[in-house]
Amino acid sequence: MARNPVTRRELLRSAALAGLLLPAAGALSACATPAGGGPSSAPMATGPTSAANPLGIPADKPFEVVIFDGGYGDAYARQIHEPLFTGRHPGVQIKHTATKEIAKTLQPRFAGGDPPEFVNNSGDNSMDFGALAQDGQLQDLGELLDAPSWDDPAVKVRDTILPAAIELGTYDGTYCVLEYASTVWGIWYSQKLFDDNGWQVPKTWDEFTALCETIKKSGRCAPFTYAGKHPFYIYETILTLAAKIGGVDVLKNIDNLAEGAWKAGPLTQAAEAFAEIGAKYLLQGTQGLDHIQTQTVHNKYQVAMLPCGSWLENEQKDSTPDGFGYAMFPLPSFSGSDALPYGTVHSRPGEEYFVAARSANPRAAMEYMRAMLSKEGAGRFSETLSTLTVVKGAAEGRTLTPGLRAAATALKNAGTNTTYFRFRQWYQPLHDEVAAATGQLMAGRLKPGEWADRCQKKADEIRNDSSVKKFTR
Amino acid sequence: MPERDAREPVTGRTPVLAGAGEKGRNAMARPAAGGRRSAAPRRIDAARARFIAGFLAAPVLLYAVYVIAPYAQAFSIALTDWRGVSASPRFVGLENFRRLAGDSVFWTAVGHNALLLVLLPLLTIAIALSFAFLLNAGGANGGGVAGSRFYRVVFFFPQVLAVAIVAVLFQQVFRPDGSGMLNAPLIALGLEPVGFLSDPGVAFWSILGVLVWQAVGFYVVLFSAGMASIPREMYEAARIDGAGPGRLFFRITLPLLWDTVQVGWIYLGIAALDVFAVVWVMTPERGGPDHSTTVMAAEIYRNAFQYFRFGYASAMGVVLFFFTVAFAAAALRLSRRERVEY
Repeated sequence: MARNPVTRRELLRSAALAGLLLPAAGALSACATPAGGGPSSAPMATGPTSAANPLGIPADKPFEVVIFDGGYGDAYARQIHEPLFTGRHPGVQIKHTATKEIAKTLQPRFAGGDPPEFVNNSGDNSMDFGALAQDGQLQDLGELLDAPSWDDPAVKVRDTILPAAIELGTYDGTYCVLEYASTVWGIWYSQKLFDDNGWQVPKTWDEFTALCETIKKSGRCAPFTYAGKHPFYIYETILTLAAKIGGVDVLKNIDNLAEGAWKAGPLTQAAEAFAEIGAKYLLQGTQGLDHIQTQTVHNKYQVAMLPCGSWLENEQKDSTPDGFGYAMFPLPSFSGSDALPYGTVHSRPGEEYFVAARSANPRAAMEYMRAMLSKEGAGRFSETLSTLTVVKGAAEGRTLTPGLRAAATALKNAGTNTTYFRFRQWYQPLHDEVAAATGQLMAGRLKPGEWADRCQKKADEIRNDSSVKKFTR
Repeated sequence: MPERDAREPVTGRTPVLAGAGEKGRNAMARPAAGGRRSAAPRRIDAARARFIAGFLAAPVLLYAVYVIAPYAQAFSIALTDWRGVSASPRFVGLENFRRLAGDSVFWTAVGHNALLLVLLPLLTIAIALSFAFLLNAGGANGGGVAGSRFYRVVFFFPQVLAVAIVAVLFQQVFRPDGSGMLNAPLIALGLEPVGFLSDPGVAFWSILGVLVWQAVGFYVVLFSAGMASIPREMYEAARIDGAGPGRLFFRITLPLLWDTVQVGWIYLGIAALDVFAVVWVMTPERGGPDHSTTVMAAEIYRNAFQYFRFGYASAMGVVLFFFTVAFAAAALRLSRRERVEY
């Protein structure tokens, strides 16, 4: 058994030697640390501007488009937006790159000073916008907003998109992120299941709990579920209800990390309301199921309602039975004294795109965004991917699926009564803590007061952490 | 063996781990080494050294550039507030470590790693040893139990599966509704389903179960190989003296297998400090629910690739590095024991 050719003593001696050599080796190479050199952005290459080329992009300089190949795939870029762009600028070559791992693919290029021009920074492995903004990697898109729109030179791009898109794409007072898709949240149900059983869409909280009770008693299916493994789906609903009760400032304070923001009365009321739903009406095993699993259970008519965003119908298109009839309703009114009226929805632009400030040809990428924001580019996007966009009225006259129609209607009915929150993008550690605490709240292991304490504690921690860049809205 | 001969005249020591056999080994090794020295002039020694160095240079260089240098860089990144995209991170001294000291989630993760460090090797080795004993010496006739060849292959299966596949597999096994392999019978019996991965009090033990399940097979094979090299006569002699299976195991198998067990212990300890994929893929909130299953590697990954706090994550990595080194040193020291020569 001569399996030990090295003694312990020798092993330790060589370990010590390696320890001495380590600093020297560090000087040898630089493969993990970023290349030196401060932030230096080359002046943007500019060609002459004209009516057909208001941003003055160079006529023959190529640029690269990187698309996140996730839920939306990358075909929409290849088949809709890129041809639209090259139709007007035939001399400009587009290098198309699709990846599921945005950060892994692009981060080394950003750190190395050779980023692609146009980036669809999305998905699980997306790059942190806070970090990118902090570093000056995001191109100021102000010029794009003031440029004439693709369809009508008399109308500026700014006036063709939802104001929320501009607000959400603004970091530190600079508009630099294009939020393209428009998501509407609500409670989803099957029109068929509701019709068959004579269930009515509830408009008040009492009607909602009464409906849950009716469904529970009927024994047909469970009343309510959410993506238990991803408690974001339910904290989203709690926060929206809180905003409906107490007004948009409830969420603004949370985003701004205001003192005591999580302990506000409306928030506690909303948390109590949903903790009760969690205790009484939840599908058995919800905590251990993820979004796909719960949505599939929904498709099997084993649960009546679940909260989700308007991507739901597209996500489930392969497992939805015929005649299911996806439909959604906005959160019911909590009481007569709610700050926001019935019909208020959580709506926010999502799916982020940006132009890399230090890339070789940022203007071409801005022009590409202008093409995306055309009626044709946005309308065909909605039609193909069952997703609304931030371009006003682009989906009108297009053939929409029932769920998307319901979402579009809810958004239209809401008018200006929309809410959203931004801390999830700004402070991810806070998002993770709120998600963890909310999972426990719904499982009955945290009281609403303790839930608020935990969220508040994390928010305070982030407020007092000088290394985290702060944002306000 | 040739390298060892060349080195011995200089050190005068034979590399043997434990003390008992050392004298005898040295006595045997010396004349051989001495004989070689008188026959070989120094010039040839130098040529041999060049020859060996020539072979070693390339791998050592590759190792230095691609393994040691990044390790060293992790130490320097740990002293910055680098967020991954900047070309010029700011130096912050020991700030990251100060912050780490107050990070309750990280210390929860350390606690889980510590618990795994104790339980994973203990359970895995205990189960693997008893299986290996049954396969090799547990049968009535002194051989393995009936069908031991078949079991040996079956036990090895989990080792062949990729960790991510194991995690996805067990996600289904642990499902909390009627489709879960473990919960379906419970529900059929009218009992409440167990939230194997969704109950914070249970989730950690589910993870431990999966880790043990996956590791046992390999150690059964490892220990079987060790047991196969134990002379049959020892068992026969002991059996003639009236020893039962229990005595055989504790008096013969375990002492003669101690070196192998020790190696297994260190491997499993390091594996316990490195747990990542199973937790990341399988648990809700990636280390949840409510941080109840998180481990150091998951926190490092989360901070680096989700929060983009590369400096802070590197500081965690440095702490993990010292934990691992300390564990290896402690394990070598603690498991030191007289070696039995046979």
